[in-house]
Amino acid sequence: MRIYQCHFCSGPIYPGHGIMFVRNDAKEFRFCRSKCHKNFKMKRNPRKLKWTKAFRKAAGKEMVVDTTLTFAARRHVPTRYSRDLVAKTLNAMQRVEEIKARRERVFYKNRMAGNKQREREANRKLVDENQHLLPKEMRTATEAAAEAEAQDSMALDDSEAEVEKEMVKVKIPVKAAKKRRVVPAGDGMDVD
Amino acid sequence: MQLTWKTIAPVPTSQEFLDIVLSRTQRRLPTQIRAGFKISRIRAFYLRKVKFTEQTFSEKLGAILESFPRLADIHPFHSALMNTLYDADHFRIALGQLSTAKHLIEQIARDYVRLIKYAQSLFQCKQLKRAALGRMATITKRLKGSLEYLEQVRQHLGRLPSIDPNTRTLLICGYPNVGKSSFLKSVTRADVDVQPYAFTTKSLYVGHFDYKYLRFQAIDTPGILDHPLEEMNTIEMQSITAIAHLRSAVLYFVDLSEQCGYTIEAQVQLFHSIKPLFANKTVFLVVNKIDAMRPEDLDPARQELLGTITSSGEVEMLKLSCHTEEGVMDVRNQACERLLASRVEQKLKSVMSSAAGKEAADILNRIHVSRPIGEGLQPFIPDAVLNRKRYDKEDPKRRKLERDIEAEEGGAGVYNVNLKKNYLLENPDWKMDKIPEIYDGKNVYDFIDPEIEQKLADLEAEEEQLQESGFYDEPEDIEDEEEAEIRTKADYIREQQALIRNAARSKKSTKNRAVIPRSAGQGRKLSEMEAHLDKLGLDSSKIAARARSISRGRVAARAAKDGDAMDLDGGSGAQKMTPIERAKSRARSINRREDGIIDESSRTKAEKLAKLQQRRMNRMARQGESDRHVSASLPKHLFSGKRGMGKAQRR
Repeated sequence: MRIYQCHFCSGPIYPGHGIMFVRNDAKEFRFCRSKCHKNFKMKRNPRKLKWTKAFRKAAGKEMVVDTTLTFAARRHVPTRYSRDLVAKTLNAMQRVEEIKARRERVFYKNRMAGNKQREREANRKLVDENQHLLPKEMRTATEAAAEAEAQDSMALDDSEAEVEKEMVKVKIPVKAAKKRRVVPAGDGMDVD
Repeated sequence: MQLTWKTIAPVPTSQEFLDIVLSRTQRRLPTQIRAGFKISRIRAFYLRKVKFTEQTFSEKLGAILESFPRLADIHPFHSALMNTLYDADHFRIALGQLSTAKHLIEQIARDYVRLIKYAQSLFQCKQLKRAALGRMATITKRLKGSLEYLEQVRQHLGRLPSIDPNTRTLLICGYPNVGKSSFLKSVTRADVDVQPYAFTTKSLYVGHFDYKYLRFQAIDTPGILDHPLEEMNTIEMQSITAIAHLRSAVLYFVDLSEQCGYTIEAQVQLFHSIKPLFANKTVFLVVNKIDAMRPEDLDPARQELLGTITSSGEVEMLKLSCHTEEGVMDVRNQACERLLASRVEQKLKSVMSSAAGKEAADILNRIHVSRPIGEGLQPFIPDAVLNRKRYDKEDPKRRKLERDIEAEEGGAGVYNVNLKKNYLLENPDWKMDKIPEIYDGKNVYDFIDPEIEQKLADLEAEEEQLQESGFYDEPEDIEDEEEAEIRTKADYIREQQALIRNAARSKKSTKNRAVIPRSAGQGRKLSEMEAHLDKLGLDSSKIAARARSISRGRVAARAAKDGDAMDLDGGSGAQKMTPIERAKSRARSINRREDGIIDESSRTKAEKLAKLQQRRMNRMARQGESDRHVSASLPKHLFSGKRGMGKAQRR
């Protein structure tokens, strides 16, 4: 009895589970569940489906190169049973598993290392750009200052408007003066 | 190379020939012509007649010339045979006449075409055409004899036996009536006429038979008489032709009993006179009719005479009797055997002499069959096996078999063979161990490795090194206060954004409807605006007051209402309403026609606008908001098709 590997997702296939397809060149394909079998029949590439081990390994999401991974292998030379050897092997399996778990954890940590920094930057940017969504008391000083400035400018606008009104008042006489000047010129022409 | 001429088309007589050609001209060409036609058209009409007749003549004559074989192109045997049968000169002259006639007709046509080109009238044209066709007819009539001769030749040629000059051939010859045809009949499937008089066979006959899975042909020739070649008649000449030109085994038949009517001396004499024809051929002297007379029974003088034939050593004497079937098959087999041998020899000789011969010789020299030296391989049987005691059922000290164990342990069906007992292990105590197959979700056998200890030690060393180098150290990462604050703010913003997004999405659901219903509420409520402003930290009291003042125009009513609300011991809610309010609340519904419209003029304006809006819709036959709409009860896209891998909810 043996725990086989799914040809598609590389998951374990326990005895009594899954289905096997034997191609006419005698190659065996074992599948852990109908999902994998169906995907295989649809000729999908496991390396392109995110949920498969093949994808995760190809995309660098899992530890691929490590000494702990070299322990399990199907060997071409069969080994005769020896009680001592099996005992040693069982112990070794435990230990290797321990080390492997530890290394995988480190691998994961390394993989996720940049995330925190990135998140912080994103937060900062979000807060900077969306001050208006925050309640007033939570807004940063710079924002408050900006608003105050805006209000000042509003006040300025008012004063400017007044000035303009005055300007208009002043301007009118100028135009009138011009008109007055123009008209005599025309008269002059008439004279000629 | 052609061997038979069975498919030559019949040659018509001169009169038939003429009829065929002229009627063809008549049938194929237009016949209507009038003097009133343009002269060019008339000329063209007659030109065409003449040309077409000429074409038909030359075509037909050409076909006859093509269909007959040319004596130079066929196998010498066939050409010689035709010469004897039809006289080569005659044949050649006949064909030559046809060819000349063809040329003459072409010449005539050319001449008259030239003349017709200058003819001035229909009459002239017609006369010229008549003259042309008449001359062609005259020429054809002159071919009468040749055409008749060729027809005869054609008929005879078709009936000639198909003799292949290159295949394996037995040629039977001899004096008339010596039993040549009877031999052919007994050896092959040929149905030859056998009669007890001379010259029963007047031409060549072919029969086929198989020997050693090879197809042979046997040719029966007419009898030959012993006189000079010039005096021989056509029948005899056929035999001579066959003997001279066919590469074959010649069986010269003699009749020692002289029943044929020719003496032995004459027969031997004939052999010697046609001997030059046997050069390079396998020749047999076949003594026929041995039931009547055997060569041994002959008197010495005649035996000696017979011996002159076989004395050279090249000619073998065979004996048979067609009457009693004695020795027929022997003769056939021997002749075939010799013929095959000689053919192979000849072929080898020709190959060797040619360029490819050297290669063939090289290959022949290389072929070598090797044989093992000595006695070859011997089987090896170990001593233990050789010295093993023979198993004996009766012996009490016999070996214990698996079958005995089975019987002891409860017999078939109960006993289970223990395969483990035959295991070859380091320590026999381990034989019955239960070997773990799976441990911790892994195949134990994949990990079993004689060098596991070493490998594990290496791994431990590596691990230690990594530990020392700080591979497993976790970096310190503590958030400071400012970061935490930013994070809470960001979370708050994200929540707000999500709320906005949701609100937008829920509003989106009304997008595809023709008109937003009143209840959906396009505008915002004042309370919402107030809340929003408050949240933003702006003072909302002023704006709210202003909005209220617009929406509640009737100050007096409100004041009254406020007054009512003041007294504490109020009755029911309905009693507190003003009369108008009460009436309004009791009214069945609001009159929508007047609702929201100030006066008559504004209503007409609104109606105009509505009509204007509707006009375009009507023109385009668009579906409007007032149209009845029934949505499909079973939308096709949701209820048809196979179910895939998704959830049922997706539908």
